[in-house]
Amino acid sequence: MAAVAERRATGSAIVMVAYLLFLLTPIYWLVTMSLKTNAEITGTFSLWPHEPTLANYRTILTDPSWYMGYVNSLTYVVLNTAISLAVALPAAYAFSRYRFMGDKHLFFWLLSNRMAPAAVFALPFFQLYSAVGLFDTHIAVALAHCLFNVPLAVWILEGFMSGVPREIDETAYIDGYSFPRFFVRIFMPLIASGIGVAAFFCFMFSWVELLLSRTLTSVNAKPIAATMTRTVSASGLDWGVLAAAGVLTIVPGALVIWFVRNYIAKGFALGRV
Amino acid sequence: MDKPVNNRAWFLVLPVLVLVAFSAVIPLMTVVNYSVQDTFGNNQFFWNGLGWFQEVLDSDRIRAALGRQILFSAIILAIEIPLGIFVALNMPKRGFWASVVLVLMALPLLIPWNVVGTIWQVFGRVDIGLLGHTLAAMGFDYNYVNDPVDAWATIVVMDVWHWTSLVALLCYAGLQSIPDAYYQAARIDQASRWAVFRHIELPKMSGVLLIAVLLRFMDSFMIYTEPFVLTGGGPGNATTFLSIDLVKTAIGQFDLGPAAAFSLIYFLVILLISWVFYTVMTAQKDAP
Amino acid sequence: MARITLDALAHSYLPAPRGEDDFALKPMTMTWQDGGAYALLGSSGCGKTTLLNIISGLLVPSRGRVLFGDRDVTTLPTAARNIAQVFQFPVVYDTMTVRDNLAFPLKNRGMPAARIAARVAEVAAMIGMADALDRRARGLTADAKQKISLGRGMVRQDVNAILFDEPLTVIDPHMKWELRTQLKSLHRQFGHTMIYVTHDQTEALTFADQVVVMSEGRVVQAGTPQALFDRPEHTFVGYFIGSPGMNLLDAEVRGDRALIAGAQVALPGDHGLPQGRVQIGIRPEFVTPAEGGRGEEGGGLPFRLERVEDVGHHRILRGRVGDQPLTMLLPEDHALPAGIDRAVPATAHLHVYADDWRVPPVAGERAD
Repeated sequence: MAAVAERRATGSAIVMVAYLLFLLTPIYWLVTMSLKTNAEITGTFSLWPHEPTLANYRTILTDPSWYMGYVNSLTYVVLNTAISLAVALPAAYAFSRYRFMGDKHLFFWLLSNRMAPAAVFALPFFQLYSAVGLFDTHIAVALAHCLFNVPLAVWILEGFMSGVPREIDETAYIDGYSFPRFFVRIFMPLIASGIGVAAFFCFMFSWVELLLSRTLTSVNAKPIAATMTRTVSASGLDWGVLAAAGVLTIVPGALVIWFVRNYIAKGFALGRV
Repeated sequence: MDKPVNNRAWFLVLPVLVLVAFSAVIPLMTVVNYSVQDTFGNNQFFWNGLGWFQEVLDSDRIRAALGRQILFSAIILAIEIPLGIFVALNMPKRGFWASVVLVLMALPLLIPWNVVGTIWQVFGRVDIGLLGHTLAAMGFDYNYVNDPVDAWATIVVMDVWHWTSLVALLCYAGLQSIPDAYYQAARIDQASRWAVFRHIELPKMSGVLLIAVLLRFMDSFMIYTEPFVLTGGGPGNATTFLSIDLVKTAIGQFDLGPAAAFSLIYFLVILLISWVFYTVMTAQKDAP
Repeated sequence: MARITLDALAHSYLPAPRGEDDFALKPMTMTWQDGGAYALLGSSGCGKTTLLNIISGLLVPSRGRVLFGDRDVTTLPTAARNIAQVFQFPVVYDTMTVRDNLAFPLKNRGMPAARIAARVAEVAAMIGMADALDRRARGLTADAKQKISLGRGMVRQDVNAILFDEPLTVIDPHMKWELRTQLKSLHRQFGHTMIYVTHDQTEALTFADQVVVMSEGRVVQAGTPQALFDRPEHTFVGYFIGSPGMNLLDAEVRGDRALIAGAQVALPGDHGLPQGRVQIGIRPEFVTPAEGGRGEEGGGLPFRLERVEDVGHHRILRGRVGDQPLTMLLPEDHALPAGIDRAVPATAHLHVYADDWRVPPVAGERAD
């Protein structure tokens, strides 16, 4: 029997190694490419860079039209995360604590926005934001991404808030706390991990989205991801720089994952396990 | 649920309503507006009734795209859900390696979607990509740019690569919530590995599996960026999914009316199928 | 079925235990007789669950052996030991019906369907769920689920032992009593060896023939409920069992006399000159109040009454002897003297403890 358990553990290890290899090989390929010269990429087929170079990264980090893409992306992602959380927190509290006229319909209607294809909204957004003079600004992209991030944030936060017993609210009111003070001083610390998870998801979906952010920007707020596509079509052959740009888009995500690694499993279940 | 009734809670929901009204309702109204009007340019619109809807529903091009879309979602659900469960069952439960595995698995989820496309575009190329080169070296005539089957296979593998971890992480969270006593009881009862899965693990995962199926269905049905970067919808129209077709119509050709009608039908189809999934999966759960 | 022997058993959760403090379970040797009803009693964290997991095979002990009959099962996994276990929280297969839940352990062992059906019907009747057999287990109350767990533990007739890990924690108080009585009668009926872990003395004393009291990873006493009450071998047993617990008073002992707070009391025998921290133990039931003021000849200890609590059939008197607390338990109809200032212990029920362990009289004691 002990042998069976051991064999099972070995089996699991093999499965995991195989799966992680599958996940990491394409990323590895991107990373090696970013460290090669274009001559090496197209000329010889090598599994690792024979003449490692940081020239591709230097190109990106010294050229404003490249690195401003990162600044733009991070700007609207952070803006979006802040806006989404700010409006989702009170709404999630209302849904988790009270019944009110039309609450269920409202909740499902909010969630249905998560199912709206970005492609449906691309054109109307373009016209709307052009009409109000927000085209090609960070705030336009941040607001557009609220379309799918706000419902998600409300949903995640509602899940975590429902896990906090209502007696805590009542005790605080009896102790003479006003609602805003109670919410900020007592309630928010209690659902800190939920807020972290919601922030993580807002960051993630805003960071990875391209269709809306590309449609709503042209120069001043152009995201890095869109900068990449343009470069491919223009020069077409600068694989090294393209790979380096790709690698750099993975870095912020990897950093964020590292910070939330202990909540990640529960977080992906949206607080509903 | 014994939540108190309090209509003043509306004030707490108000910010969300205003925001969503701005970012969803107004644009959606524009879409509805376009969908029932026609124009000859120079900003003159006239009533066209349900004409555009008729045209969209009759369009062979859009029907074909819908068929491809359904086939694609079905294939990736059939692969990613079982594979995700299988991976979750084999993940280390605690300790240092559990953290490492979690972080590595989440990595593809945080890569911008066009970069996902780029990664596979590069990876699959016969001249400079590891995958394409290896397949060519093994004698396969692999070319995702010209061969529809290869293009499909590459997109499916790419999606599996991109999203299976989401399913696995959700299932893993479900598995983590099972107390050790259940496994101990199963050992005492001499339950087989299959029985443990069928009667302990699967029931505990059903809640998160519902989320996983819904998320994967919705997102695969809306897929745009990854295949657009990888194949641009080609070869021919072989990988033109609904979103790609819609963006071509709306922004490429500026056919506002048909695009708007198309958008509304598209949205309704997603809502409808999601609702069906939700109903079927929760009905099964609530059965006595 | 089999006798269970724990031979020089010890367990540490650390890979390289050094001092005695590193052991969750301190070395012990004991035998559980075949067909006995045992309770493993102690406060949480005393090592009782560790011991149970070693017996059930969920843990392999760091030292020593576990024998079922004459067979060494120390490293055998749970499934090979042929035992049943009921856990603290109901462990029920939610997707199965009550019937399938009860039949599950039998089906897995390939018992013929007809015998399974008969046995399931029998067990269902015992746990009072005969009319709910075809219901899904999901959605049943915690009570009902725990009854199913109990039933699943009992359904196999050939088990070496049935282990219960605080099985009544989630059960309503009135159901607790009923289920405990049922367990007791099942034990009489089938004669399985049963080991029942609990921190509740009432549960332990009413269920078991033999109670094993544990404290800080050590078995401090094993005996009948009566023995634990009459002659606690360790101060822990003294105050853990009985309500209120035993009084323990610091004292000086010389032979058959003890000096407590300046007063002398007679001991039931010659105890020599015990070393270490010496205490006199007396249960509240065996101390009576007296009105004295006449000093030494009135007998007993100087007592300052602080509070009287009425608990139904009894009254509890709380007060102090010198600066040490002392409680007395009086029947309700016992008249209270007006000016209580003495507490008179019954000599036969006095015990001497040195560093928490009981010191027997030098001349030996008569067997009860």
